[in-house]
Amino acid sequence: MGTFHQGKHALHGITVVVDTTGAEVWVGRCDDITEQGVILLDADVHRDGDDGHSKGEWVERAARFGVWPRHRRQVLTGDVVTSVRPLGEVG
Amino acid sequence: MPYSPLLVKPMREELSSLGVEELLTAEDVDRFLGNDSGTALLIVNSVCGCAAGMARPGVRLALAEQQPDRVGTVFAGQDLEATARARAYFPEVPPSSPSMALFKDGELVWFLPRHRIEGRSAEQVAEDLKAAFTENAAAPAAAG
Repeated sequence: MGTFHQGKHALHGITVVVDTTGAEVWVGRCDDITEQGVILLDADVHRDGDDGHSKGEWVERAARFGVWPRHRRQVLTGDVVTSVRPLGEVG
Repeated sequence: MPYSPLLVKPMREELSSLGVEELLTAEDVDRFLGNDSGTALLIVNSVCGCAAGMARPGVRLALAEQQPDRVGTVFAGQDLEATARARAYFPEVPPSSPSMALFKDGELVWFLPRHRIEGRSAEQVAEDLKAAFTENAAAPAAAG
């Protein structure tokens, strides 16, 4: 997995897909996973059905090219996160 | 703010020692990518240890076996003007570093974003590169 930075989660520095209980799915660089939730840097978000694309379709495109860093820092609280996985493992 | 030149020097040399051309200015990039014949590999180098630590050795392993016509590099976060200019040649692709772009006859034919390097070994990165070279008719490396 990623380089281990003292005090950070093992996914620190890794680009991840964070799915949620709602319509949103996020992709961004994981800074840390704490009791507060998942902290993403340089992230982008897609809402299911936007632009005619499902969450899965958007994630597949993200896996090919990456995402635009539209959100410098985003915290997703643990109660809305259903999964966190490396984007590099998609497709 | 760019890192100290002293810090990034070995990261630059890891590629330049392989014969990879350092593109330090927008003019360098235009000269390198403006030549629209043959195959050209552009490496976006990075300080990031999580991914670049495997990207550079991956390049070394791949270039030992196959060589595009030209190989150049810009350093993200360091050579800002050159990096911005390089990214302007593939504006549809979100910025990521480290990353690699292969051009054939001036057209982007393959791109390896950062997240396809993260968590992988140098050998795996090299395999991806060699597959792209093979698909796009890069030449075997000269013996010796």
